Amino acid sequence: MKKLINSAETVVTDALAGVAAAHPSLAVDIENKVITRSGGPTVGKVGLVSGGGSGHEPLHGGFVGYGMLDAACPGEVFTSPVPDQMLAATKAVNGGAGVLHVVKNYTGDVLNFQMAAELAEDEGIEVVPVVVNDDVAVQDSLYTAGRRGTGATVFVEKIAGAHAERAAPLSDVAAVAREVNERSRSFGVALTSCTVPAAGKPTFELGDREIELGIGIHGEPGRTRAPLVTAREITSAAMDAIGADMPLTGDLLVMVNGMGGTPLIELYIVYNEVHRYLAGQGARVTRNLVGNYITSLEMQGFSVTVCSLTETLTDLWDAAVDTPALRWGR
Amino acid sequence: MDAGFFRAWVAEIAAVVETQRDHLTQLDSAIGDADHGINLARGFGAVQAALAQASTPTPGSVLMLTGSTLISKVGGASGPLYGTAFRQAGKALGDVPEVDLAALAGALEAALSGVQKLGAAREGDKTMVDALAPAASVLSKAVAEGASLADALAALAEAADAGAQATIPMQALKGRASYLGPRSVGHEDPGAVSTALIMHALRDVAVRQAR
Repeated sequence: MKKLINSAETVVTDALAGVAAAHPSLAVDIENKVITRSGGPTVGKVGLVSGGGSGHEPLHGGFVGYGMLDAACPGEVFTSPVPDQMLAATKAVNGGAGVLHVVKNYTGDVLNFQMAAELAEDEGIEVVPVVVNDDVAVQDSLYTAGRRGTGATVFVEKIAGAHAERAAPLSDVAAVAREVNERSRSFGVALTSCTVPAAGKPTFELGDREIELGIGIHGEPGRTRAPLVTAREITSAAMDAIGADMPLTGDLLVMVNGMGGTPLIELYIVYNEVHRYLAGQGARVTRNLVGNYITSLEMQGFSVTVCSLTETLTDLWDAAVDTPALRWGR
Repeated sequence: MDAGFFRAWVAEIAAVVETQRDHLTQLDSAIGDADHGINLARGFGAVQAALAQASTPTPGSVLMLTGSTLISKVGGASGPLYGTAFRQAGKALGDVPEVDLAALAGALEAALSGVQKLGAAREGDKTMVDALAPAASVLSKAVAEGASLADALAALAEAADAGAQATIPMQALKGRASYLGPRSVGHEDPGAVSTALIMHALRDVAVRQAR
């Protein structure tokens, strides 16, 4: 696998240096791996901190900015960050109104954020964690580590970020974040695996005519392997899985997300199929995103995330946002 | 066993995880996300650097510094879990300059209980607990029976190995491998294997120092 890197050891720090150079609106602490908004915390505003393994760009660093996150802590590739980073981020964004931790449901992320929250509370900062777990591919969550956090993370960060920007108190920001998570479901499909730079070879092998259904965002194998069929059939399988778990009615926010190695032309083909599928169910897609928002290095494939909107959530979705990866209304 | 013994143990772990780095990562590719060896090698490398700089006059302080460095440097699930294991073991050893086998057995039990409290895994879930629990229980039994240090640690390493191998037919119920459901069957759990390596390192250091 060819990669544009200087060395496997410096992938994350070299990329962070690039983020710092490209986005003066961000303050990047390369050594401690913390990205915050330039200009420090906003007094009286709830701070939003997220973080997770690297390799999912633009998540999370690309969502730091007005109307979304206050800080992001990138870990090593596909490895959760450490409590020290999260504590530093939490302290940096605390404007006196408490801090929300947006945590994707993976054992490592949950454990490290839990430790960071305890450390922050020892220093007198109120922290509320919200765990995102929207992936319907994990069916029997009683017998697993629970549903994974995937695409809904983008929705949670945008909508809770907008609410925080309007000076909502911590408990309300947390409530809206949980509501978005509860109203959202995702399903992912891989056409290829991906290669962790330090490992140097693909995490799993897929044949030329095979796809993996129900993947997460770390190149981990999914639930089932299936033959490659048309975009319509693959999308339909993904939507069936989502529809089995949430009513596909009313106003919906839909994201067709690329996993890093899929061209936009294919994502639009998938989006068209999603749109047709939902129209057939009598639902309306009133808001959408098509593009690479939560990736898995260079994996080919996509995920679909559906959120059942309310008027309030639509309003918060439409609110101004100004981050490297999501920007409108300002 | 004094602080020097425990520093030698940690150095041995660092050497072994470096040698076994690719093997552990390969095991993790099958049912996880292909970084276990990479992360442990990075973590114990950082531990070596921390131990070289700090003063750790007691066995407890060696293990406490090992644990807190793993928590600070590794990330993922293995950072907090191994970090907690070493911290709890270190705490159990207290601040005495030398510890005996009974104290070591108590420390392993404390490590196990810390890991289980944090990760909520039980034996049979296909995790590091499947190697750590039998190792801790065999060591306690050996102490109760008055076994020699060499025999007790040999039994400990064997029990951890057997525990790791026993994870092969298990279906994972915790951690990232659990997402695979039945497809996790047939693979050795990387966390159980690394735990067995750590137990082996303990035995090897004891054997070497007895010579």
